[in-house]
Amino acid sequence: MKRDKINKFFSRIPKHIIILFVLVIWITPTLGLLITSLRPVQDINTSGWWMILKPRDDIASQQNLPKFTLNNYIDALVGYRGTRNYVSDCENGTAPLDMRCNAADILNPRGMIRALLNSLIVTIPATILPILFAAFAGYAFSWLDFKGRTLLFAILVGLQVVPLQMTMVPISRAYSTLGLNGTFLGVWLFHTGFGMPYAIYLMRNFLGSLPKDLFESAYLDGASHWTAFVQLAIPLAIPAIASLGIFQFLWVWNDLLVSLVFLGGTKPVITYQIANMVSSLGAGWHLLTAAAFLSMLLPIVVFFALQKYFVKGMLAGAVKG
Amino acid sequence: MASRPVPKIMKQGKFAPWFYLAPALILMFFFIVYPMFNTIGLSFRDSNGEGSAATLCKEEQACWGVFENYRYALTGEIDKTSISAAWKSFWISSFGNTIKWIFLMVSGTVIIGLLFAKLVDGIKHEGLAKAILFMPMAISFVGAGVIWKFVYNYGTQRVQIGILNAIITALGGEPVSFLTATGLNTIALVVVGTWMWTGFCMTILSSSLKSVPEEILEAARVDGANEWHVFTRIIIPIIMPTIIVVITTMVINVLKQFDIVYVMTGGNFHTDVIANRMYTEMYINYNTGRGTAIAVILIMAVLPFIYINIKRFMAQEEMR
Repeated sequence: MKRDKINKFFSRIPKHIIILFVLVIWITPTLGLLITSLRPVQDINTSGWWMILKPRDDIASQQNLPKFTLNNYIDALVGYRGTRNYVSDCENGTAPLDMRCNAADILNPRGMIRALLNSLIVTIPATILPILFAAFAGYAFSWLDFKGRTLLFAILVGLQVVPLQMTMVPISRAYSTLGLNGTFLGVWLFHTGFGMPYAIYLMRNFLGSLPKDLFESAYLDGASHWTAFVQLAIPLAIPAIASLGIFQFLWVWNDLLVSLVFLGGTKPVITYQIANMVSSLGAGWHLLTAAAFLSMLLPIVVFFALQKYFVKGMLAGAVKG
Repeated sequence: MASRPVPKIMKQGKFAPWFYLAPALILMFFFIVYPMFNTIGLSFRDSNGEGSAATLCKEEQACWGVFENYRYALTGEIDKTSISAAWKSFWISSFGNTIKWIFLMVSGTVIIGLLFAKLVDGIKHEGLAKAILFMPMAISFVGAGVIWKFVYNYGTQRVQIGILNAIITALGGEPVSFLTATGLNTIALVVVGTWMWTGFCMTILSSSLKSVPEEILEAARVDGANEWHVFTRIIIPIIMPTIIVVITTMVINVLKQFDIVYVMTGGNFHTDVIANRMYTEMYINYNTGRGTAIAVILIMAVLPFIYINIKRFMAQEEMR
């Protein structure tokens, strides 16, 4: 019996080593980004981030710099592109021309604050609108009777996997005649339209699986479809709405292609801002790592807080374009 | 057509359903259906979408008439001097690279995802282990691009600040420029995609692993099957339908993959893929005809999956 236990213990070791090995590979890149974003720029370029615990023997230690700093984040947030950092430049009055050293810097078009605000402006309506319209349509597909119901829904299932690229060109041409290029409205509409098939699919599958008796008895009590929809279907669909909301939120927040094409530099969102920094900055790792981490903060919080709904929505069939 | 019947007792006005459907249908029509057909039309026109594509033909050069944009899209990257040169150039063209992406990334994500799901099944911190593998799904491709550009960083100086080159030089090797070395660079990009999407495959496969009835597995173990045989000969066949769903989803995802290439190499150094090439033609070269032709080729590749999706949906409806 005891030997069995020992054998079992040893047979488990390789399994745990493999798991640990995979997890280390998965975590290390992100960890490197986070640590680098907190180091002074002098350190970043003279030693690897994994040397963080070792004593320093370079210029940085002679200057008696702290090992960790938030300067990279401040510089990234206000869009500082000078040779030192925003805080000390402002103190010494040597700030670059595009820095005012007051609240006006928040709106610097190169800064991450501006980009984060734009991302929020894009994301919130582009998350709410599809859920709203999908709830209506999902209700119709599950509890209303009309001609061609199955056919229409089958088409919708097919539309789920249409690539974004397939619809972009005609829409940007139409937008330029309508004057919608470079406007938030254009992006909201595009995300709403494009998010529709998956959103309806999810809502219909959820609403359709609610017990039939529930709706029948509501009707016997004199409820109309509208009452049944507002007072019965919507409250019961909260879990589905939550998964859908997280999905659409992450999709829009993380999207690059749509904002690149329809907003571009006029209203830079975070993904656009970072992609731009990658190509124009070259080796400015202190700014890039801080900016990238800023862009990941909100999605990671949302993900860990609402993981359950995220996974549920995914298992319900996440194929989207 | 076996859609579930609505309870007869619930009366409704004749137009009521269409009020509920109208916003969604109108949006989908204007943002998906209509642009799709418009894109097909534009792919037979010139760079402004005005004249026919046939007018682009030049004398004494190969020309496919109204299919001229397709000729460019399909053969423009191919070196036509000899068969071997053509073969070689195909595998570093956007099409060859997309094929590489599909094979490497789909097999990578599905195999690692499946094995990891099986390994962590029932361990003490299963939830945490899965969350770590899954976390990259929450961040953007752009963020992932920055993360991995740093991992692959290639320094010409004494110190390597990219962890991969630091490991290579510590082991006595020469630093490698991962993102510019042709052939290697596409693999380096696929690794980023795999890092991001393995969690997706793992989560779906894990939930189907858990639905395999324990009695079947016990019965096999009693009959003397070892764990590996239980896994390969019993579990995998049972969850095969899910594996196929995951594979088709991943193929579609990879076909549309744009961001990683755009951020990390911009399609340079022979890393271009179909989706990025379409963007380049359309929004950098401003050539509507060529851009839309590439988009149409992309949807042709997705078409079989649209069919599979609808068929699977119909089968599910039958069972409801």
